[in-house]
Amino acid sequence: MPRIVGLTGDGAAAEAMRQIDPDVVAAYPITPQTEIVERFAEFVAEGLVNTEFVAVESEHSALSACCGAAAAGARAITCTSSQGLALMHEILYIAAGNRLPMVLTNVNRTLSAPLNIHCDHSDSMGSRDSGWIQLYCENVQEVYDTVIQAVRIAEHPEVNLPVMLNLDGFVISHSMQPVELMDDAAVKEFVGPFRPVVDLLDFQNPIALGALVAPEFQFEHKYAQWRAMDSARGVIGEVGREFGEGTGRHYGLLDPYRLDDAAVVVVVMGSAAGTSRAVVDELRSSGVRAGLLRVRAFRPFPADEITAALEGREAVAVLDRAGTQGGEGGPLFTEVRAALYTRGVSLPVLGYIYGLGGRDVPPASLRRVFEHVRRAAATGKVDRAVNYLDLRGWK
Amino acid sequence: MAVNLKKLAGQGSPLAPGHRLCSGCAAPTVAKQALLAAGKPAVVVQPTGCLEISSVVFPYSAWRTPYYHNAFENAAAVASGIEAALKARRRRGDLPADLDVAIITIGGDGGTYDIGFQALSGALERGHRILHICYDNGAYMNTGIQRSGATPFGAWTTTSHVGQALKGKPERRKDLTAIVAGHNPAYVAQASPHNFRDFMRKVKKAVDADGPSFINVIAPCWRGWRFPEEETIEVARLAVDTCYWPLLEVQDGKWTLNYVPRKKKPLADWLRKQGRFSHFFEPGNEWMLEHLQAEVDRQWEELLTRAGVER
Repeated sequence: MPRIVGLTGDGAAAEAMRQIDPDVVAAYPITPQTEIVERFAEFVAEGLVNTEFVAVESEHSALSACCGAAAAGARAITCTSSQGLALMHEILYIAAGNRLPMVLTNVNRTLSAPLNIHCDHSDSMGSRDSGWIQLYCENVQEVYDTVIQAVRIAEHPEVNLPVMLNLDGFVISHSMQPVELMDDAAVKEFVGPFRPVVDLLDFQNPIALGALVAPEFQFEHKYAQWRAMDSARGVIGEVGREFGEGTGRHYGLLDPYRLDDAAVVVVVMGSAAGTSRAVVDELRSSGVRAGLLRVRAFRPFPADEITAALEGREAVAVLDRAGTQGGEGGPLFTEVRAALYTRGVSLPVLGYIYGLGGRDVPPASLRRVFEHVRRAAATGKVDRAVNYLDLRGWK
Repeated sequence: MAVNLKKLAGQGSPLAPGHRLCSGCAAPTVAKQALLAAGKPAVVVQPTGCLEISSVVFPYSAWRTPYYHNAFENAAAVASGIEAALKARRRRGDLPADLDVAIITIGGDGGTYDIGFQALSGALERGHRILHICYDNGAYMNTGIQRSGATPFGAWTTTSHVGQALKGKPERRKDLTAIVAGHNPAYVAQASPHNFRDFMRKVKKAVDADGPSFINVIAPCWRGWRFPEEETIEVARLAVDTCYWPLLEVQDGKWTLNYVPRKKKPLADWLRKQGRFSHFFEPGNEWMLEHLQAEVDRQWEELLTRAGVER
């Protein structure tokens, strides 16, 4: 029977890892991810998992060890945050390029400098083109559910790619929420056994992985990888539906809220969606047709699905918890706008950069965003494309 | 364990012909000798380097054993993951419980002394049952002969030129074998491809050791060291005979010298063979030869003491 317990985001990720009981976990501590690796090390010490736990000397080695493990036919999981993800950067591309399925839980924290341990998405956005599937969670329950689903998505034969799931540092990682847990046996059954495509320990069929590739083959290798990423679009939905059949909690690429007849919409990823829901409800009760589109899958980017969800709205604001330093607005904003333009959908789209380095996003701030969206809806114009929410000194 | 040449010669080469290494390169010789000696299924992991880029060029591989190249600085970490996978899969019953596998990382000095050092040190400390073989050619040969932590004092490289202001590499090389021994792994050795019996015996000992092991093998590179390509093995022999590259083993804290020349050859015999040291023999640079000879003498004396060899 499923049971409801109180867990933090980190605790929920660790609990899901215990139930998955992967072959190899290689990880390194970093705030605010540390609790995951600590909790998992406890499970190892108590003999609750069969996992080989490799307490590496850096995140670079954590991901490298996961590559070795996955290439040797093992189900591998790691977790990190911020500087750790940045240190993994080189190997992120290799894990994806070698087509090694694995799961990485990234606890979103801003990248230095300035040094700051709190949440924003600059760490994972720096990895957005590395070839990893990226899923963003809204709350602790979704973290738990997504760790379990991520295994299936990564290992799907049409995908065979690594999955990075993201949860907001402290906001989710350290807040205690009620979580409905599956039975250990149900998780085991859902993830199933790992059937590796490559296996360095198959001495009857020796393979060479990681070859030098000349210009005449490089492009085709990368294209095959992109196709796999495209396949993930369907697989994320498929796995999310199957997960929903067993648990009642359905997941997909997007998570729309009161969107059906919405005129003014906010698009957001991560924990800020929770506050946005509350503000949408508030506005709805005062007669404003407000709606929310939460993007769960940023990679692969659901351009068609986002366009379909936003088409016909009066105006939209896209909220980014990261900037692009020299680009026009945040990464989600840029891609949403491009998706709409490409598909001939013309509506005012405002970009908002918010919550950097853990700056809180209270309902009052989101109310102001909706105010701005309503002005854009009334005029049909974007007065300013790139906006900075609650930035001191910005007018 | 004695090396049975007749038996090994009948096994066929674990490294197929047709790889793209230079003729006269020591690296494939080292790899072949190592894999022949392992005597059990082996997985080879390589950091980026000459041997890697020349032996696994898509869609070909010269390796007749499972092989993985991931990146430059992480071979030992990748191998840690493979070892963890082996343990987990044996425990799960997915692989036979008694399956004994040699996990061998083969890196150059760049991937071992320098950029690969952190991952190597971590893997040694964690006690993974991995053998790391360094084929030490004393510079970044793959990118075109740049200085590394293994480059000897005074050697010319393309980032330690010989000019008016500088005369080759001003710094001494790291004693990586001693640094690795400081990790107290199960087995540490230094070897040379000219003495393949010694090297292969060491490989066997290393892959059978109950923990991490490390063998540092001198691997002369005629392109980088500037000597005729047919003299690779001779140059390796001279490095040992001049005591620049002692053959040794460290196990349970005990240092053993495997070869003590009856009469130590002067270092100049080895240096003179190599164009990278040609400025040592130019007027005004006599101090360089004296300096390096003194350094080699000091280290040799230290080793004799450590190994308890009677003078």
